[in-house]
Amino acid sequence: MYAYDELDRTLINERVSEFRDQVKRRLSGELTEDEFKILRLQNGVYLQLHAYMFRVAIPYGTLSSKQLRRLAHVARRYDRGYGHFTTRQNIQFNWIKLAELPDALADLAEVGIHAMQTSGNNMRNVTSDQWAGVAPGEIEDPRIWSELIRQHTTLHPEFSFLPRKFKIAITAAEHDRAAIKIHDIGLRLHKNADGETGFEVLVGGGLGRTPFIAKTIKPFVPGRDILSYIEAILRVYNQYGRRDNIYKARIKILVHELGIEKFAKEVEEEWKAMGDVGLTLDHTAIEEVRSRFSYPPYEKLPHMPDELKKAAHDKLFERWRKNSVSAHKVQGYSIVTLSLKPVGGPPGDATAEQMDAVADLADKYSFGEIRVGHEQNLALPHVAKRDLPALFKALDRLGLATPNVNLVTDIIACPGLDYCSLANARSIPIAQELTRRFANHDTADLIGRLHINISGCINACGHHHVGHIGILGVEKNGEEFYQITIGGRADENAQMGTLIGPAVPYAEVADVIEDIVEAYLALRDRPEELFVDTVKRLGVEPFRERVYATR
Amino acid sequence: MPLVKQGRLTTDLFVHVADGAELPGDGAVLVTAERFLADPEALLRRPGKLGVIWPNNRNLDELVPHLDRLASVALVFPTFRDGRAYSQARLLRERYGYDGELRATGQILRDQFVFMTRAGFDAFEVKKDADADAFAHTMKRYSVFYQPTGDGRVTALNRRMQLRHSESAGQ
Ligand code: HEM
Ligand code: SF4
Repeated sequence: MYAYDELDRTLINERVSEFRDQVKRRLSGELTEDEFKILRLQNGVYLQLHAYMFRVAIPYGTLSSKQLRRLAHVARRYDRGYGHFTTRQNIQFNWIKLAELPDALADLAEVGIHAMQTSGNNMRNVTSDQWAGVAPGEIEDPRIWSELIRQHTTLHPEFSFLPRKFKIAITAAEHDRAAIKIHDIGLRLHKNADGETGFEVLVGGGLGRTPFIAKTIKPFVPGRDILSYIEAILRVYNQYGRRDNIYKARIKILVHELGIEKFAKEVEEEWKAMGDVGLTLDHTAIEEVRSRFSYPPYEKLPHMPDELKKAAHDKLFERWRKNSVSAHKVQGYSIVTLSLKPVGGPPGDATAEQMDAVADLADKYSFGEIRVGHEQNLALPHVAKRDLPALFKALDRLGLATPNVNLVTDIIACPGLDYCSLANARSIPIAQELTRRFANHDTADLIGRLHINISGCINACGHHHVGHIGILGVEKNGEEFYQITIGGRADENAQMGTLIGPAVPYAEVADVIEDIVEAYLALRDRPEELFVDTVKRLGVEPFRERVYATR
Repeated sequence: MPLVKQGRLTTDLFVHVADGAELPGDGAVLVTAERFLADPEALLRRPGKLGVIWPNNRNLDELVPHLDRLASVALVFPTFRDGRAYSQARLLRERYGYDGELRATGQILRDQFVFMTRAGFDAFEVKKDADADAFAHTMKRYSVFYQPTGDGRVTALNRRMQLRHSESAGQ
């Protein structure tokens, strides 16, 4: 865990007081809606279909039980008793009143949570691997770097009014769980030939209207230089990024228009010209931040405790364990993923009661720590293996033990037409219908790892481009239609999916997905060949045929 | 337009002179970059202070050679959300060592004062009287700053390290 100190807390409080003043000026008419809009966005406040929507940051996806309880409190006190975990390690509340927002922020500030820069044209919440610090084989805990960057980019006086939003993601593990290749800047921590730790820096990734996979701008930037290098990238972007057209304002367009070599040269020149401006992180600075991350006092535990051997006879437990429990750095411990994707439920939603209960379970079984991943699930990062059976029972009672992590019903979906003013089509009901279609765990298990991602419009909040199966809502003559792509992925081999054919009407989406899955089962080489790999091997044609032959 | 300078509401001594308009015989004037670059020497010879209004999409390289003879550089915020002039300000102050007046013009509200001051601005043509009045109060809002800029404020990280240092020295 990272502990905010007096300085961090002071800054958050100062921000709350500033926002309180801004809301007051808006309510009194001193600020026009146009002026206020930018200010509220910088504090995570959108105006949506039904009400104001409030987006709260969960930097690099780490929460303490105390913080999660406070989120539950906000859900209960200021909203309708639930929150929605998103693909960006944020939580959103959909029914909040403007006049009450400063109070909600003040309540959150007490436990070191804020909504700074969760939207607006500035540097957004820095995201990272939800298994950071516990993933076996990682280079080092990427959250130390995430935190350094979080601090550096918070209320940055030069980069708070960029051409567009700006997202940074960091991974330190071989398997990329942070989707760094679809971010404005992606950072991959690795060691160079001299054993020195640094970053491969990628730029220009992103989804939305014009999706791009990020390109490597520099294979190795030493850790001590990462802040100045990011500053150089941002300075080039701030000056040359387009502002005439919001659809072309993201850094991915600048990188694309200039070409990565030219862009890299601009950045390199700027970086050299910067010289020493106090951004170099010496050993003491890095250690300062590192020292404020605390790690649990792990016990020496057996690899295979009796409790686990005994529980292995319970079929339900075993199914859940195989699906939701992952290897941990420390022997005798596990990482447990809590599925927020129950059959028939909106992906990523959690009630205040569930949040409170998870906080209690984290205290009991995970040293008070919770993680939030971009797949819209939660995780308990330090569970002793002997406690797994008891934890399973408790989660099952809460509806958080659905054994579908990474399976076909572990669907990522944006809010779509149910909440979002930009939507063309519904997302949540499609997800709900699909979870019902594939509710049979044996079938889902047979299908194996398969990610379905759904967005209600081209903005791609549900990451549809990088879903193994992507579903994108479009509008045709006032009706909801959906384009289907296959073969996308968001990991270290990130790739955009390919469209399989004309959009299909709402009522047919679930059938089409079933067809695609059946085609896969018939076409795969062997049971271990993942859906995406089959698509890679065969291309989209056989799937296209299967879907459109009878339609 | 109220002008805030050195933290106080001040009378603006500079007159904005439009491109075609005749220059007053003396007194401080602000002219556009185009007018300035057309004949910098003539303008600089004129009695009275000279300031240049520099657009936010124009490269600073053309301005840099003249910096030490300019009394003011006015950078432009055509809209509240266009932040290019923040980068220009930092470059002028930190890279090119400009120490004359650095003025923010355009859409300026109190909500940008802290950012602007940190980026190096010291004069503000403010849109609303109430915002100009609130300047001193607004500037006191923040006491913690995460990133180093040319304004010399000690960053949170440095304060922490100083604190540690003095703690360990005291042991
Ligand atoms: C309901 C309120 C929301 C609104 C108004 C909204 C708005 C937008 C817009 C306009 C874009 C396109 C920006 C661009 O590409 O330049 C976008 C992209 C995105 N949004 Fe949202 N969004 C909302 C909710 C969400 C939610 C719930 C999530 C997560 C589930 C999310 C995550 C994302 C992501 C990951 C992208 C892709 C950005 C990229 O290109 O990297 N947003 N959103
Ligand atoms: S993808 Fe479109 S519909 Fe979905 S949340 Fe984003 S903006 Fe709204």
